[in-house]
This record gives sequence, structure tokens and C-alpha cells, in this order.
Amino acid sequence: MSRPRGLAEAIDVLRADPAAVPLGGGTDLLVALRAGERSVRHVVALRRVEELAGVTTGPDAVDLGAGLTWAGMEAQVGATLPALAAAARAVGSPQARNAGTLGGNLGSAAITGSTLPVLLALDAGVEVAGPAGTRTVPAGDLVRGPGDVALHAGEIVTRVRIPRARGPQQFLKVGQRGSVITAVAQVALVLDLGARRVRCGVGAATPVAFRPRAAERAAEAAIDWDAVTADPDLPRRFGALVAADRPPLDDLRASAAYRRHAVAVLAERALARALAA
Amino acid sequence: MTRGPRIGDPAPRPDGPDKVTGRFPYSSDLRAPGMLWGAAVRSPHASARIVGIDPAPALALEGVAAVLTADDVPGRPTYGLAVADQPAFARDLVRHHGEAVAVVAAATPDLARRAARAVAVDYAPLDPLTDPAAAVTAAPLHPNGNVFRHLIVRRGDVAAAAADPDLVTVEDTYEVGRQDPAFLGLESGLAVPAADGGVDLAVSTQFLHADRDQVAASLGLAPERVRLTLAGVGGAFGGREDLTLHLHLCLLALRTGRPVGMAYDRSESFVGHVTRHPARMWYRHRATRDGTLVSVEARVLLDGGAYQSTSAAVLANACCFAAGPYRVPHALVEGWAVRTNHPPAGALRGFGIPQVCFAHESQMDALAAALGVDPVDLRRRNALAPGDALLTGQRITGTAPAVACLDAAVAHPLPAPPDDDPLRRPGGTGLATGPGDVRRGVGVAMAFKNLMYSEGLQDLSTASVRLAVDGGELVATVHCAAAEVGQGFVTLAQQIVRTELGVDRVVLRAADTSIGEAGSSSASRQSWMSGGAVAAACAGVRDEVLARVAAGRGGRGEAFALRDGEVVSRDGGLRLPLAEVVGADPVEAVRVFTHADTAPLDADGQGDAHVAFVFTAHRAVVDVDPALGSVQVVQIATGQDIGRALNPLAVTGQLEGGIAQGLGLALLEDVVTREGRVATRTFQDYLVPTALDVGDVVATLIEEPEPGAPYGAKGVGEAPTLSSIPAVVAAVRAATGRRLRRVPVRPAHVALGEDGVAPFVVPGGPAAPPGVVTGPEGPLAKPALTDPPGVAELPGGEGGA
Amino acid sequence: MTEEQHHITLHVNGVPRTATVPARRLLSDALRHDLGLTGTHAGCEHGVCGCCTVLLDGEPVRSCLLLAVTAQGAAIRTVEGLAGPDGALHPIQRAFAECHGLQCGFCTPGFLMTTAGLLDRSPAPTDGEIEESMAGNLCRCTGYQNITTSVRRAAELLAAGQGGDPAGPWAGEDPQEPVAEAPLAAGPYAPPPGGGVPGEARR
Repeated sequence: MSRPRGLAEAIDVLRADPAAVPLGGGTDLLVALRAGERSVRHVVALRRVEELAGVTTGPDAVDLGAGLTWAGMEAQVGATLPALAAAARAVGSPQARNAGTLGGNLGSAAITGSTLPVLLALDAGVEVAGPAGTRTVPAGDLVRGPGDVALHAGEIVTRVRIPRARGPQQFLKVGQRGSVITAVAQVALVLDLGARRVRCGVGAATPVAFRPRAAERAAEAAIDWDAVTADPDLPRRFGALVAADRPPLDDLRASAAYRRHAVAVLAERALARALAA
Repeated sequence: MTRGPRIGDPAPRPDGPDKVTGRFPYSSDLRAPGMLWGAAVRSPHASARIVGIDPAPALALEGVAAVLTADDVPGRPTYGLAVADQPAFARDLVRHHGEAVAVVAAATPDLARRAARAVAVDYAPLDPLTDPAAAVTAAPLHPNGNVFRHLIVRRGDVAAAAADPDLVTVEDTYEVGRQDPAFLGLESGLAVPAADGGVDLAVSTQFLHADRDQVAASLGLAPERVRLTLAGVGGAFGGREDLTLHLHLCLLALRTGRPVGMAYDRSESFVGHVTRHPARMWYRHRATRDGTLVSVEARVLLDGGAYQSTSAAVLANACCFAAGPYRVPHALVEGWAVRTNHPPAGALRGFGIPQVCFAHESQMDALAAALGVDPVDLRRRNALAPGDALLTGQRITGTAPAVACLDAAVAHPLPAPPDDDPLRRPGGTGLATGPGDVRRGVGVAMAFKNLMYSEGLQDLSTASVRLAVDGGELVATVHCAAAEVGQGFVTLAQQIVRTELGVDRVVLRAADTSIGEAGSSSASRQSWMSGGAVAAACAGVRDEVLARVAAGRGGRGEAFALRDGEVVSRDGGLRLPLAEVVGADPVEAVRVFTHADTAPLDADGQGDAHVAFVFTAHRAVVDVDPALGSVQVVQIATGQDIGRALNPLAVTGQLEGGIAQGLGLALLEDVVTREGRVATRTFQDYLVPTALDVGDVVATLIEEPEPGAPYGAKGVGEAPTLSSIPAVVAAVRAATGRRLRRVPVRPAHVALGEDGVAPFVVPGGPAAPPGVVTGPEGPLAKPALTDPPGVAELPGGEGGA
Repeated sequence: MTEEQHHITLHVNGVPRTATVPARRLLSDALRHDLGLTGTHAGCEHGVCGCCTVLLDGEPVRSCLLLAVTAQGAAIRTVEGLAGPDGALHPIQRAFAECHGLQCGFCTPGFLMTTAGLLDRSPAPTDGEIEESMAGNLCRCTGYQNITTSVRRAAELLAAGQGGDPAGPWAGEDPQEPVAEAPLAAGPYAPPPGGGVPGEARR
């Protein structure tokens, strides 16, 4: 067990022991440890690492520390990043929102993680630091598979940088009940009015969150960007394209058929709401 | 001493202060000097042959004191509430996922779990039997066979009644999933070896004496050498009627000579206790054009899992109450409870009736739709009333306010339309549901259930009350083995003593087996049975007090009464302080309370098998997002028959809690199995309703005192869970038009219109099963039945309408 | 096989308490087993049921999702720290006991601590706020209606009181007379108040 106070110390500890595992809020890792699904010899608790704290809102980007909790996101980015704040609000219980962190959610790369689909739609860059220094990974390249992140030995997620975009943002999640529930599908959507782009992130429906590029292109082409309007049937067609992008998961929580259907409904509603905003 | 609450007063719990300060000792909080910790080794397979068990790797760990297997059980190798068919440890054969194979004791809880993982068990996996319909004809999984009970209830002449061509018929198949009790206090306890070679066991349970007798039999000890004390219980709901870790704890304590504690974790608990019976049901209702029920045919198949537990009695309830609280002149009900390689099913709040209630109320709605009449009117028209006969031919001699419950439930004002708060919509914090995506639905259902044990089973409770003077103040001490599981018996016992003796200071001794038995805290029976026993003991104390006064005054005791701590003469001329009469010589009375006898069911399922009945009705209002299938319960209104409210606070708590459990089964709760293995083993996937799921509950208590019941009260522990289930589903149907023949209703059932219910397959093949049922015998089991010829007239099971 | 042990100091209910634990010891287990504070309950140990909720620097958190070693330096408050030093029930405790906000009571300590966190942040919460705050705590007995009532009542009691800190120990002027006069469960093996093992000296 290590409890570094600074980033350099944290990286040193992680470099020195390849088996060491970084610990954020503990909402994923401790459950896995307790259930015997993971056995960890050395935990590096990142709670006290100062470099992982804080939110900086600049003219071009919002910069979030990886140590930000869900409650912190909900309270601090509601105005600038409403989709991320909504995603944070939809996570579990109040107690879980006081514990789980942005960096931990990205690092554990759970199928049901709530941040990645939003960061995809927000075109975020993820800053990681390690023995070889600091680099930025596009959100879309961070996660390779469930529990599998594209980090080198000794690297941790330190910050997330989100370019500021003008335009509506939406986040919708569905599970087996409305609240305090693991997602079976979630959709984040950004209408970037400046760049005239539609960016969509889909999570919990497939092993890794994804951007439905073909659907995005089709929507971009169909939107009248000057008036920010579209054919009333566009959201429905968009939803169908998003759902058709790739085969969904089939598991205990939901069948593939339901996930496909739910993704279509969520994506349709997300675009319709964004266009109406 | 301030005046404490009497019968009928709102009475706070006596254990409230201890429970809000964290002082109350739950079974998981018990410690003893030098104690060890136990942990079970459990099968990862649903069905397997045990090739070998090697404890050596566990024993090699420093701090491991013992590893016990089936070879270490000195007495009866099996246990069970009705039939001892469940092994203390699997010996050659594992019959369900999570079955205990061995148990270890070690210095710490962590080490015990590590040691349990280190025990090397060599399994040869077998194909599990998971289809209950196949169990009847499948090779027996157990020497007792695969049919726990096969039961027929026949009333009137269904075939003749069906000949009327003007009747309206509705027919369908229904399924109920596997509900877990999901009490929050996990199984736990502490066993301490005693100097006399016996053992003291403090454990959370619903039924102390049944535990004691089963443990003693397997330990090979006389029952009095096993002394059970009720430890603080974190909820029960039926799931603590059977043994869990009791026997393992005692075996370890006696083997090691040290106190041993043990506590399940949640994933272990999901495979380590009984659940509600999953059910498949086929129903056909016939009624006249004006909406009078003519006949009900039903087939009920319950998956009892690997061991019998209370399956036979659960099946009897399902069959006896299969048609619901309605007058049905002609009925034919056939039921099976069978053995499979699933974890055992047993008692759970409602005991067989929630399953059939979902089916019969769904049928009543389908019938109302087919007739084009209002579903409430249809129910009112056919509702049972005092003097009516049940399917079993038994006439209702007590109260039967079915219509009053229904009228009360639907009389509550409907809630306001959906408001603008997005969090209140079905999509909740996921914000998936917009204002235009919501459809509201309303559904109504009713039910009834037996109170206390049925079919001639012995049913009694024992209580003692001792009246003494302590420091000049009167103190009454109550002793009763009724398990307080949260329902509030401790509160009621104090109210009864205060009411009967006028003594305000009432001390409750811990429930234990040093007094005679009180029966289980189940079947909605403790207020009646143990409440009756405490009242009777109070009467005994009063009689003795009055006899003392009389003895001192030349035999004129009958002219005196006990009132508010005083002995008062009838004419009011003499008032003696009770404390003075008791003086230094305490008065004690022990009484055993029983109810009127019940009879077994005959070969046609006829007989006066039940004592009394409680009625209930629910109206549910839900908001649904039909496209996503998300459901938010807005309000549940209920009319509840209670006889008399002995403690309005406790009654309200039972109603609201019971409704939450019904709503949970309707929408959320299902233990999913895959190839016999339990896949749902966390609260992340087994969804217990939260404060956001339950909606508002509005209740009207119907108070018609029940003749013969102590204080006229009916137990209300189970009724709220019954018709809340179909009411919620009916409301979702009303909002969406979907068929929804399975609970829990899943979002996919609503969104995609596919409930996954397959046509009913009659166990044993398309014809009725062969003549003789080979089920085991036992106190709850029935003599083998020969199928009457009429069974063949039932349709072949092509249930889909 | 020896595991590295850590000597830790936890500040629980204003008192520094020491224990020697392995790194993987959960805070819930440290409180219950090492410090004998069994009022914090473990109902699932995977962060869903909320029975183990404690206040960590004033925020309700699940102690089964925290390693004890990482809780060093933080102010931990458990249900044992709610009542005043004279035993006077905290208004939140009074409200739950009086409003029948509990039945079996196993979930109650978690609800009390969640309520303390809520009322500290929001002294007069709406019903919606109460329900959302309580949604991280499961109760299997009450159906939640009486819990919501209890939280509302607690807010009233606090508002009418001396403006005490909802998340702090209660120095009330009104010790409640306990209604029960004998242990209702478990007999001799119950842990003594404040923790420890019966018959053994307090740590």
C-alpha cells in the first residue's frame, strides 16, 4: 500500500513495482478485490495526489483533474459540460458519487463506465503521465477492451482536456430501472455548431464505447446548420443508424435485441432534444 | 413510570433506541473470547459427483483449526423442516450450486475464507436437471424421488359446466421468477461449546425450536443439550425458516472446543438460503355473459429446487387459493412441486399465493376485457363473502371483507398527473424519458390468504408472564420464543401485558429455547398465536393475583378485577395496589395457546384445512416509457383487512414494506440461473427496490374484528405482498397494451412486446402423470394420491390463448 | 504466509483509535472487527446496500468501498458517534425511533448517517431530495415511507433545536428514557457498548 502525495512520487512507486495497481475512489477495484475477482499485492491510493485535483475552465478548453469525483463533476461542470454533469448525476447512489472518480472510471474501463461515451462525444483528450513523461491520448484510443486501457507500465490518467464547443449537449442512460442502476445503454451527443459536426458516444451496449461515424456523417449532412433544424424524421433515421453500427452485447442485464432497440431510442431522443434546444 | 401504550395505541418499538444507537446486537456482531471463525466450502456446480475431498491444503495454513465434511456429522446426516432430505454436507453427490461440501474453522474470518478456498474438492460435473416440467419423469435426483407433492383440488363439475355454449372463456399461461428474501442482515451466528457436552447457539432465525430439533438430531444430542438464543435478526421474510449455518457452527464448536462465529457474504447468501418458488401456471376461466364466474381450471408447477423444505405446504397454498377471493362453483386445480438442481425454494412472504395471485388476477382482467366490463365491477360481483365456500369446500365462518378492501383501495383519490420533474419520470436520473414519452396506467387486484398453519399441522405458542415488585415498582417479565424479526412482536407483547395487567414496566426476556415453543414467525401467525399466549399468561397471572386477594379475604376473589395496577372490587368499594398484593412473592403463569383444529385435505383437495383468512386489495398507478420499457410506480392504494389494528404504527410499516416487496417481484427482483448456476449474486443485479422505486402508499385499514382471534386482530405480515404484484402489472398493461404474462416485468417485455412465456408443458407429458406419486412422507407431505379419472379431461397444456 | 501489517490511526467520532491491519482491510471491517464498533453494518460488501455508510469528513461514504489505511487523517463518524456524551439521542435518532422509521433496524445506522450528511448540506430538504439522497440505502422492511417521514421529522427537530451540527455529536438537553429495559437479543455474547469483546479488556 502506498499513499503518494505527489504525481512524481506516484509514478515512481508504480514504476518500481509493475504489480502495483492505482486506486481512485475504490468503487470498482474494492468490489473486485472483495469478490476475489482480483488479487492485488500493492495498491497505490491516488486520493492525495495534488496534481489530479481541480477543474480549470479556459477560453478554449476545460481541464479536469482525474481525481474529480462524480459529485465534483456534477457540481463543477454543469454549465460548461452539461452532458458530463448529467452522466455524473446518473451514476449509482449519492455515496458512490462521493467516492468514484473520473480517472478511476476511465482506468477501470468497465463496459458500463459512464465517462467514456461522454468524452467521445466531447472529443476529449486524456492526459496520461508515466515514467517516460506526459502524453495525450484521444478518448477514442484509450480503451481497447473491457478492463484493457492503452496505458504503458507505470502510467496513470492525470487529467482530461475537453475542447469547448458551442452547441447543445445531451446524455441519456437506460437501465433496468430509472435510478441507482447500472446502464444497459447510454448515449451522449454533442451538436458542435461551430464546427458543424455531430458527435455521438454510445456506451454500455458493446464491449467498448464507440462513436457511430456513419450515423454522425448522415446527420451532419441532413442538418440545416444555419437554422439548426432538420427534417422531423431525421432523429428516427439517426437512431436506426446508430443502433446498426455494430452488434450489441447480450448478457444478464439485457438481451442484444433490447440493447439494439434502446440505443436507437436513446440516440433518436438525444438528437431530437439537441435540435429542439 | 409513564403510561405505556396499550392495545390499539401507536406504540414505538422497545428496541428502537438500541437500534438507532448501534447498540443492538445483531447475529453478526457477537463475539466471545478465544473464538474461531467458520466458512463453508460450496459447490460451484449445480450437479456433480464428488470424487474426493482433500482438506490437507487448508489444514496446512497456520491458524486453521478444523475442516469438517459429511464424515464428521455424528447424528442424522440430513435435516429439513418437513422431511429430512437435505444433507448437512454433500457426501457423494452435489445437487445444487452453492451446496455445502465442507466447513472450516480458522483464527480470523479472512483466514477461514482462504482456507475454504484451499480445500481441494474433486468434482465430476453432471448435466443438471433444470426444467421442472421434466422432473416428474426424469431419473430421480434423490432417493425420495423428484415429486415433493402432487395435489388436486376439485370442486363441482368443471366438464359439465363447460358444456354451456354461452360462456366466455379466457385462457393463458403465466410465469413467476425467483424472488430472494434479500434480508439485509446476512446469515450469521455464534456457537459456544458447553460444559455438559452440549452447545449454546445464538443465531438469527424465525423458528428457534425447529432449528434446535434439527441441529440436535444431526449432532446426536438430546434437544435440551442444544440451547438456542435468538440473536438480533436483520430481516427474515421466510428465508430464515430453514437451517443455514446453524449446524455447521455447532459442529465446529463441538469439534474445536472453542466458540465459533460465522457470517455469510452476500454472494454466498444468494445460494445459501431458500427463495420463493419459481412458478409456471396455466389457467382457464369461464364466466357467464353477465360476468358471473362459472369455473376455474388451473395447473400450477412449482420448482422446489434440490431439497424439499416447505415445498409441500407451499403447493397446498398455491392450489387452495388458486382462484383468488372469488365464488367459484366449479374448479379443478392440479399442482406439482418438484425437485430440480436449482437451489432449494421454500417459505417467502405469501407462501405460494403471490404466484397464483399474479395469475388469477391477470385472468380476471383478461375476463373483464373479454366481457367488456369494468375489472373492478367484475371483482366486486364475484367476491367472497362470509359464509361462502372456498375451492376446498370450506365455508368462511369469520370475517371476509373482500369488497370493503376493494372499495377502499379504489376510493383513494388518484395522484396528480406527471409533473415536470424529469427525475420522477420512468427514466429517472438517466434522463432518458422526456415529458412526451410517458403513459400512465392504473391497475387493480385483490387477494386472500390463510392465517397460521393449515392441514392439521400442530400450531401452538408458549409464553410466560411473571409479575414482581422491584424497588417498589411493579415489573412484568415476558418470556416467549417467538422470533422478533422486525415485525414488532416485542412491541405487541408489551402492549398486551400493559392492557391485561395494567403494569407499565414490561421487560422482555431474550427469546430462547429454555421455554416451550412458539412456532415460526411466519404465516402471519405471531400476533394471533404468541399474542394469544401472552394474553393467556396474563390471564393466568391475574387469576392468581385475584385468588391471593380472595384467599386473604375468605374466598371472594371473583368479585375483584385488575385495573391499572390495582385490584378493585366490583362495587368499587375496595382498591388494593397490585404491588401490595404481589409483595415479595412474584406471580408467574406459563400458558400454551392453540387455535381451532384444522383438517387435512382429502383426495379431492376438500376439507376444512385452514383457520382464518385475510383479505386485501391494491390499486397501482404507474408511469411507463413504452418505448424503453421503463416503469415508475407513482402510487399504490390499498384496502387492508386487519381485524383490528393493535399497533397502527406497526401495521402501517408492514403494509408499506410488504407492498415494496410485491412491487419488487412485479418489476425488479429475479434470481437468474444459467444451467442451474445462480448468476445473480450481487445487489447490482438483484434489484431491491429503493426509495425512488416505491412511489406513495395510501392505505385504508378495514377493521372488522375476527371472531376467535385475540383482540379480533388478523396478521398482516403477508397480505400486502400479494395483490400489489398483479396490480402493478395490470397498471403497466393498461399503459402499454402489452400482454406481460411473466413477473418480474422486464423493460424488454414492455418495449419489445415479448415476455418469453412458453406454452405450459404438463409435467410428465401431455397426459396427466401416472397413477401414484412417489413423494416422500412427512408431517407436511400428503399420502400418495391416485389420479382421479377427471384429470384427463383437462386440456393437454397448449396454454397460449 | 505473512502479510505486511500497517499500524494505523483512525479518528473515529473524535477519538484517535489505533489498529494493526493489512493494507486490504476495508474500513467497514476495521470499524467492526478491529475497533469493535459493530453499529456500522455490512449488508452486501459491494457498495450497493448502504448499511455501512459512515461520514468521512462530513460526506456519507460506503465504508466497505474504502481501505482502512486510506481513511487515516480523515474525520470518521459512525452511528456510535451520533448520540451525545450523556446518551441523549441525536434528533435524527429520535426521529427514526419515534416515527417507526425502522423495523428490523439492520439498515438503520446507514440511513442515519446518510441523513446526517443530507441535513448538513440541506437543512430543509424536499421529499424529492430526501428520496434521492436515501436511494443509495436499501431497506427491506419499511417500504421507505416512514424513513422519509423520519428524515422530515429530524429536519424539524434540528431546526427547532439549538442549531446543532447534524453531522456532529448531539449535546442535547433531553436524554431519552430508553423504552426497552432488557436486551432483546443475543444474551451474553452481545458486544459491550463502545466495542470490544465481552469479558475482555477494551483496546
